[in-house]
Amino acid sequence: MTLVGWLQISLLFLAVLLVIKPLGLYMARVFSGERTFLSPVLGRMERDLYRVSGISPEKEQSWLGYTLAMLTFSLAGFLALYAMLRLQAYLPLNPQGFPGLPSDLAFNTAVSFVTNTNWQNYGGETTMSHFSQMAGLTVQNFLSAATGMALAVAVTRALARSKVPTLGNFWVDMTRATLYVLLPLAIVVALAFVAMGLPQTLDGSVTATTLEGANQVISLGPVASQEAIKQLGTNGGGFFNVNAAHPFENPSAWSNYLNIFAMLSISSALVYAFGQMVGNRRQGWALISAMAVLLITGVAVTYWAESQGNTILTAIGVDPALGNMEGKEARFGQAMTALYAAVTTGLSDGGVNGMHGSFTGFGGLVPMFLIQLGEVLPGGVGSGLYGMLIFAILSVFVAGLMVGRTPEFLGKKIEGREMKFAMLAVLILPLAILGFTAVSAMLPFAVASVGTAGPHGLSEILYAYTSAAGNNGSAFGGLSGNTPWYNTTLGIAMLLGRFAYVVPVMAIAGSLAAKVKSPASAGTFPTDGPLFVGLLIGIILILGGLQFLPALVLGPIVEHFAMLAGQTF
Amino acid sequence: MSKDQKASGLLDPEILFPAIRDAFVKLDPRKLLRNPVIFVTEIVAIVVTILFIRDLASNSGEAGFSGQIAAWLWFTVLFATFAEAVAEGRGRAQADSLKKTKSELIARRLGSNGKTETVPASSLKVGDIVLVAAGELIPGDGEVIEGVASVNESAITGESAPVIRESGGDRSAVTGGTQVLSDEIKIRITVQPGSSFVDRMIALIEGAQRQKTPNEIALSILLSGLTLIFLFVCVAIWGLAGYSGTVLSVTVLAALLVTLIPTTIGGLLSAIGIAGMDRLVRFNVIATSGRAVEAAGDVDTLLLDKTGTITFGNRMASDFLAAPGVTPTELAEAALIASLSDETPEGRSVVALATGEFGVPMPKAEFDAVIGFTAETRLSGVDIGQRRLRKGAVDAVLKFAGLTEQHAPTEFRRAVDQVARTGGTPLGVADGDRLLGVIHLKDVVKPGIKERFAALRAMGIRTVMVTGDNPVTAAAIASEAGVDDFLAQATPEDKLAYIRREQQGGRLIAMCGDGTNDAPALAQADVGVAMQTGTQAAREAANMVDLDSSPTKLIEIVEIGKQLLMTRGSLTTFSIANDVAKYFAIIPALFVATYPALKALNVMGLTSPQSAILSAVIFNALIIVALIPLALKGVAYRPSGAAALLRRNLLVYGLGGLVLPFAGIKVIDLAVSALHLV
Repeated sequence: MTLVGWLQISLLFLAVLLVIKPLGLYMARVFSGERTFLSPVLGRMERDLYRVSGISPEKEQSWLGYTLAMLTFSLAGFLALYAMLRLQAYLPLNPQGFPGLPSDLAFNTAVSFVTNTNWQNYGGETTMSHFSQMAGLTVQNFLSAATGMALAVAVTRALARSKVPTLGNFWVDMTRATLYVLLPLAIVVALAFVAMGLPQTLDGSVTATTLEGANQVISLGPVASQEAIKQLGTNGGGFFNVNAAHPFENPSAWSNYLNIFAMLSISSALVYAFGQMVGNRRQGWALISAMAVLLITGVAVTYWAESQGNTILTAIGVDPALGNMEGKEARFGQAMTALYAAVTTGLSDGGVNGMHGSFTGFGGLVPMFLIQLGEVLPGGVGSGLYGMLIFAILSVFVAGLMVGRTPEFLGKKIEGREMKFAMLAVLILPLAILGFTAVSAMLPFAVASVGTAGPHGLSEILYAYTSAAGNNGSAFGGLSGNTPWYNTTLGIAMLLGRFAYVVPVMAIAGSLAAKVKSPASAGTFPTDGPLFVGLLIGIILILGGLQFLPALVLGPIVEHFAMLAGQTF
Repeated sequence: MSKDQKASGLLDPEILFPAIRDAFVKLDPRKLLRNPVIFVTEIVAIVVTILFIRDLASNSGEAGFSGQIAAWLWFTVLFATFAEAVAEGRGRAQADSLKKTKSELIARRLGSNGKTETVPASSLKVGDIVLVAAGELIPGDGEVIEGVASVNESAITGESAPVIRESGGDRSAVTGGTQVLSDEIKIRITVQPGSSFVDRMIALIEGAQRQKTPNEIALSILLSGLTLIFLFVCVAIWGLAGYSGTVLSVTVLAALLVTLIPTTIGGLLSAIGIAGMDRLVRFNVIATSGRAVEAAGDVDTLLLDKTGTITFGNRMASDFLAAPGVTPTELAEAALIASLSDETPEGRSVVALATGEFGVPMPKAEFDAVIGFTAETRLSGVDIGQRRLRKGAVDAVLKFAGLTEQHAPTEFRRAVDQVARTGGTPLGVADGDRLLGVIHLKDVVKPGIKERFAALRAMGIRTVMVTGDNPVTAAAIASEAGVDDFLAQATPEDKLAYIRREQQGGRLIAMCGDGTNDAPALAQADVGVAMQTGTQAAREAANMVDLDSSPTKLIEIVEIGKQLLMTRGSLTTFSIANDVAKYFAIIPALFVATYPALKALNVMGLTSPQSAILSAVIFNALIIVALIPLALKGVAYRPSGAAALLRRNLLVYGLGGLVLPFAGIKVIDLAVSALHLV
C-alpha cells in the first residue's frame, strides 16, 4: 500500500461526499413532484408522455398496484429484449452481421438486464449488434435503474407518510427517474467519456495491420453512451467482454475515476434524498455512514491483500514490492483496482476493471462478501436503499426492544407483518446463492465448467450465483457460464434476487404507510446516531453475512491460508 | 396471596420438582410446535439419537461422540421446557390458593317468586339476583343493588382491612370469592361463572390461556426465519463440502444447526412472557392480557388524577400570613385555638402546623363556648372571655367581623389574593371584629413525586395531571409537581377527548380510574388501569385492575412493561451475537481434516475437532439454564432515556454476547479434553 494509493482512494470518496447533498436534494425535489431547474425543459415532455400513455399522474397506487405495475413493466421489458436478441440477425444496425442469440443465452441476458444485474454470459463485441446494444441493453440500463429508484422512492414514502393507503404512482416515479435524473446525467457523463477518448460511433470495427504484419480486428461502437448509463445506473454490463479493463471502455486513470464516481454518486445521493423526504437528514447520513464504514473497510482489505502479493510467487523470485499484479491493468495499479473491485461489488454495479478471480484469497473474498451482504453499500440505484432499509428495520427490531418499547423506525411500529415479509426477503439471498452453489457443486457437468481445481473452483461457482442473486453482474472469471445449466439457473437466481426480494419489501412498505407515524420522544430508539450506525453494521454482518461464512471458508478463505502455507491445488 | 410475597427462588423444591416433571411433559412435539426453534431442536435431537443407536449397533466407534451430542441436544430442549415450567410453576402456587376459595361457593338465589333457593355458584347466570349475608362468601362477580356491607377482599388483594360495598355510586362492585363481614346485600350477577375476575386471574397466573402477544409473535417470526436460514445453510454446507471431498456426518451438521439457530432466546421466550405477567401480579396488578403489559412499555403519555396520585388529596395548612400589627405566633395561636373544634382534615392540619412549625404550645385554657365547623357557617372557633376567635372561609370570617369585602383592610385582601393566585385556598382568622390574618391552605404534593416525573420524562413519557380544580390552582400544582401538562376542570368527556387527540397523534396513553364515568376513557386508553375498589363498569372497561387501588401504580406498570420488552430484546441480541463464536468453534473443526491450513481459524485453540463441536453444543445448552434466572427476574431497569438504555444494553448483551461464548466454549473444551469425553 502506498500513500499515493490511499490519496487516490480518499480523494474519490471525498468527491462523492461533495455531490451527495446537492444531488440528493435535487432527487428529493424530483420525486416529491416539485419544480426543478430542468422542469422548463423536460416538464412538457413529461406531461406529453403521460398523455400519450394514458396515465393520470395524480392517481396514486396502493403497494399492490405499484408492485403489479412494476412487475408488468419488467415483464414487458424482458419479452421485448428477449425477442430483440433472438431476432438480432433481422434487425438493423448489425454491421458485423451477428446471428440471433440461442434461447438460453437470450433468456439469461434479457433477465440480466431487466433485473439490473447485467451478468454477461456473452462477449459484447463478438455477439451483440449495435442495435441490440443500443435499443436493447442500453435502454434496459436506463429502465431497470429507474425501476429500482421508483421502488426505493415508494418505500421512502411509506416511512414519510402517516396513515396513507398509497405509495405513489409507479409510472410517474419511473418516468421522472429517467427524465430528470438518469438521462441528463448520462448525457453529461457520456460527453465526458468521449472527451476522455472512448469511442462513440456506429461503425462496426476497423482492421489494422500490426507491426508483425498480422491483421487485427479492432471492435468499435457506441461505447461512451453505454458506458455512462452502465455506471450511473449501477448496471455494469460493458460494451466489451473484458468490461472496464478494456482500453476503449476505460482508457485512463481519469476515465477510471469517472467510472467509480459515476457509479457511487446516484446510489449514495438517493440515501440522502431518503433522509430529506422522511424529514430527517441525519437519518440519511446515518445510513450513508454505515455503508461507508463497510465499503471503505472492503477497499482497505482488498488493497492490503493485493499489495501483500502472493507468497508462493515471492518464494520463486517475484518482487514482493509489486504486490499481486495478476489480473490487473498496469494503468490502474493496486489502489485503483482494489477501489473499483470493492465499489463495484458494494454497489450492485458489476463492471470490473480487473479480474476478481485473479486476486489473492482475501482480495477475492472481499468482492464476493460485499455482494453477499445484500448489495447495500450503497447498493444498486434504489435497490441498495430499500435493501438497507430492510436491515435498518431488522436492527431496530432486534435491538430496539432493548429500550423497552415496541420497536419503531422513523415513528412506524415494526410488528409481526413487517417481520414476516422482512424475513421472506432476507431468506432469498442465502436460498439462491447457497442453494444453487451447493447443487452445482454436486453436479459433475456443472463442475466441469469450472476453470480451476481446488477451492478456487468452488469460489468461481459461488461468485457466479452470488453475483446473479445479488443482481451485481460482475464475474470472478474462470467459470464458463455460457451453458444451458448456468444460463438458466443464473437467470433464475437473478429473478429471485430482484423480484422475490422486492415484492415482500413492497408489502412492508404498504403496511408501514398505513400506520400512524408516532412522534419521537426521549424514549424512542434513536436511529440517527453513531450507536445505531454501529448496530446496523453489526446486524448487516451477522444477519446478512454470517450465513455465507461456511461457504467462504471452503473457497477464498482456505485459498488464503493455503497460499500462506505454500499449498497449491 | 399476600402483598409482600417475595418471588419464589428457582431452587424452591415446591417449584423445582414439579417443574422438572413438567419439563418432560412439555417434550410432546405437538406442544412444542408453538415454539419453532425448540421444535426444530427436538427433531434434530431425535435424528441424532437414531444415529447414535445405529452407531452403537454397528460398533463404529463414533457412538461415544454421537451419544454425547444427542444427550446435550436433549438437554437443550429440556432446559428450554424447564424454563417455561419454572415460570409457570411460580404462578401456580398463587393460583391454587385462589382456586380453593372458588370451588365450594354456593349461592342463595332470589327466585322470581321472591323466595330464595340454594344453588351452586357455578350454575348462576348473568342477571341472577343473590342474597349474601354476614359470614357468607359472595358467589360471583356482580353489583350491589341493595344494602351496604363491609367486605373482606383479602383473598384477592391481600389487604386485610375490610372495604365498604354499597348500592349505587362508585363502590357497588363486588368480586366472587370475597367475604361479607357485616349486614346483608343483594347482588346482581354481572359476569358468567367461568369468566369471572377470579377465573381470569387464575388463567393468567397459570399461563394456561396464554396467547402470544403481538411483539412475541413478531419475535417468533424473526426466530423462525433465522432457523429456516440456518437450516438451509447447514444443508448447503453438506453439498459444498462434497465438492471439497469432505463427507460431513449428519451428527456434526446437526450440532452446527442447533448451535446456530437462536435456541437461547427461543428457549426462554415464553418464560420471559410468563414471568412478566407474574411480576405484575406480584405488584398486585392483574392484566386481562399480555398485550396490555406490552402496551404499557410503549406508553407515551400518562394521565394521572391529581388527588391521591400527585397530592395527598386533602388541603393542608402551609403558612400563616399575619395582618399588620399581629405577630405570626399570635396568629398561629389564634388559628390553633379556633381550629381545635374543627375535626375536618383541614382543621387538623392547622393544628399540626401551629404546634409543629410555629411551636405554639397546646392551650390548656377553658373555653366559654365552642363553635364547631358546619357546612352552613363554614366557621369554627371558641369564645374565651372577651376573645371571640373564629377561623373559616374568608367571606364567612369577614361577615363574622362585620366587614364587606370592599371594606376589608388592603393588607388582608392582598394576602387573600396572594394565596388564591398560587392555587391555594385562603382561610380567614378573626378575633371579634379584628382580622388577624390568613391561613394558607394548599394541596400538598407527595414527596418524591417530582423526581419520579423527572425520571419518566427521561424515559420519554409525558405526565398529564387531571383535576377538577380551576386552571389557576391546577397550574400551580402542576408546576410544583413537575408534570408536563394538566387538564383543569376536567370532565370525563374532556379526558376521553384528550386521549383521542393524543392517539390521533400516534401516542399511546395510559390512565387509571375507578368511577363508572371513567369507563369510556379507560376503554379508550391503550392501558387503562381500574382500581379494585372501583365500579364494575370501570373494571370491565380497563385492561388492568390494581388490587391495591393505588393510582401511583401506573408508573410501576409502565416500568414492568418496559422491563419485559427489554428482557426479550437483550436476550435476542445476546443469542444472535453468540453465533460468531460458535462459527469459529465449529467451522474449522468441520473442514480441518480436508484443509489443514484452516487450523489458523481455530482462534480459541480448541483441542480437537470433536471436542470443539461438543463444547459448542454444551455451551449452547448450558447458557439456557444460566439465563433462566435473568429471564424470570428481567434485566436490570433504571429509568433513563432510550439512548442511554441502548448503549448500556448493547454493551452488556451485544458485546457480552459476542465475547462470552469464546471464553465459555474454551473453558468447556478444556474440561471436555481433561475428562477425555471425546
